[in-house]
Amino acid sequence: MLNITKTRDGKKLLVALEGRLDTNTAPELEESLSDELDDITELVIDLKDLEYISSAGLRVLLACQKKMMKQGKMTVCNPNDVITEIFEVTGFSEILDIK
Amino acid sequence: MKTLNIKADRKNLHRVLAFIDRELFNAGCRMKTKIQIDIAAEELFTNIAAYAYEDGPGDVYIDIDINGDPASAEITFSDSGKPFDPFSNEDPDITLNAEERSVGGLGVYMVKKTMDEVHYEYSDGMNHTTIRKMI
Repeated sequence: MLNITKTRDGKKLLVALEGRLDTNTAPELEESLSDELDDITELVIDLKDLEYISSAGLRVLLACQKKMMKQGKMTVCNPNDVITEIFEVTGFSEILDIK
Repeated sequence: MKTLNIKADRKNLHRVLAFIDRELFNAGCRMKTKIQIDIAAEELFTNIAAYAYEDGPGDVYIDIDINGDPASAEITFSDSGKPFDPFSNEDPDITLNAEERSVGGLGVYMVKKTMDEVHYEYSDGMNHTTIRKMI
């Protein structure tokens, strides 16, 4: 289960994720953001209530990062311990701006 | 040891994890370790679902055994699909920048990095992929 809450403020978009970002829910996030990012210059993804991420979820974060590098910036905030470790072992801690 | 026999369909992922989680819960597994094992199990199960069988989802047998002191969980995924060692591929280059990165191979790499032991063998016409993690 994944809950996605989007809050738009001008060209800034805050996306709060709650639950699990796995092989079954990652496509939901991808679809939810696909039309949304075009005129966004600042994307903030809040992982405070995300408990789980697999490579399917990393794939979506990487796609967002690549898109936002061309048009602004992206920040990922509040990952839990497990997700922080996943970011570290996969090198994502180097390519994402994590707060 | 407990065994689950299930079709290699990624829609069954939540049933696979529920089966594993029940055993880990009964063994008093820490939450963080449980999530790491779930992620590893997802990566291996979805790989089998995606690649093992060409003519629709075949069977997967998932064995979980918790043993030893300190206790370890040992989980084996067995399928009779194409012979494939998931751990044989070269590790992805995790030092590339975002532009150059792809996520190919990242799932299995995460399994290798977060589990204490991984093992693959092909015997009796089946792939047997095993992970072990101290709980």
